[in-house]
Amino acid sequence: MSNIAERVKKIVVEQLGVEASQVTEEANFVEDLGADSLDTVELVMALEEEFGCEISDDAAEKIVTVKQAIEFIKKSLDG
Amino acid sequence: MQDRVAIVTGASSGIGRVVAIHLAKLGARVVLISNESIRILEALEEIRAISPESEAFEADVTSLPCLEESVKLTIEKFGRIDILVNNAGITRDALLIRMSHADWDRVLNVNLTSVFRLTRMVLKPMMKARYGRIVNISSVVGVTGNPGQANYVASKAGLIGFSKSVALETASRNITVNCVAPGFIATAMTDALNPKAKEAILSRIPMGTMGSPEDVAHAVAFLASEQAGYITGETLHVNGGLYMG
Repeated sequence: MSNIAERVKKIVVEQLGVEASQVTEEANFVEDLGADSLDTVELVMALEEEFGCEISDDAAEKIVTVKQAIEFIKKSLDG
Repeated sequence: MQDRVAIVTGASSGIGRVVAIHLAKLGARVVLISNESIRILEALEEIRAISPESEAFEADVTSLPCLEESVKLTIEKFGRIDILVNNAGITRDALLIRMSHADWDRVLNVNLTSVFRLTRMVLKPMMKARYGRIVNISSVVGVTGNPGQANYVASKAGLIGFSKSVALETASRNITVNCVAPGFIATAMTDALNPKAKEAILSRIPMGTMGSPEDVAHAVAFLASEQAGYITGETLHVNGGLYMG
């Protein structure tokens, strides 16, 4: 499970060009990590690709923190 | 634009075919999309003589599955899409009071909705690559209006607004979205005009002649080039002085 969290964080670092130390589970993509609306779309696309899952637009809207991204991925992989 | 991958819709005849040939001459690998089954093969043969890796897909731009398949196969073959030229377009002229709903829908679907769909599909690879050139073929009448063409004019004006919005959304990813607005160009579409109408048009063109598809192709190639990277949301008029933005 922690493996998923690591992979999500790695993608966040790559996509948003931030330091790994900034990517805490509580970090908010827009407020804390400086993502704009297009960044968040790209982030979701990258997560879909990495984990081979589909994230609907509705679900994507609710993913605003690193923790939420990790939880969503875990849930969709379990399901 | 050596080795750039360029999708051109409506590429088997008229302006689209000449655009495709021109991009091929500049070194691009061209992906032709057209619903004209025989002519698209003729066009492909002509273009492969210039750019051997070029490809063609027979597809109706109003069919979402057809477009999806074409984009998928393009990515599979080339791994990238650098340039999209949305050129496919039709006319179904009538005075508005007599215009059928079917003719309205058909023109909007071919000329505008297909551009939304295809642009949406190519944005993903372009955003990833941090590079893209999208050129939409509008028309002078999209800016001036034209009696008997409310459907066509609405679609062509729509392209200009669409281009500006997408240009704003994607500028930060090094993707440019522009329009070329041809005036009266000698193609089958304008051949269909009656001689009287043609004469009336010519009398309004300061340069006194219709444009050639090559005139349009040069403008498209410019906006599709790397060098035009700081130009976005713009409409380039190619009309012999008929209308000056």
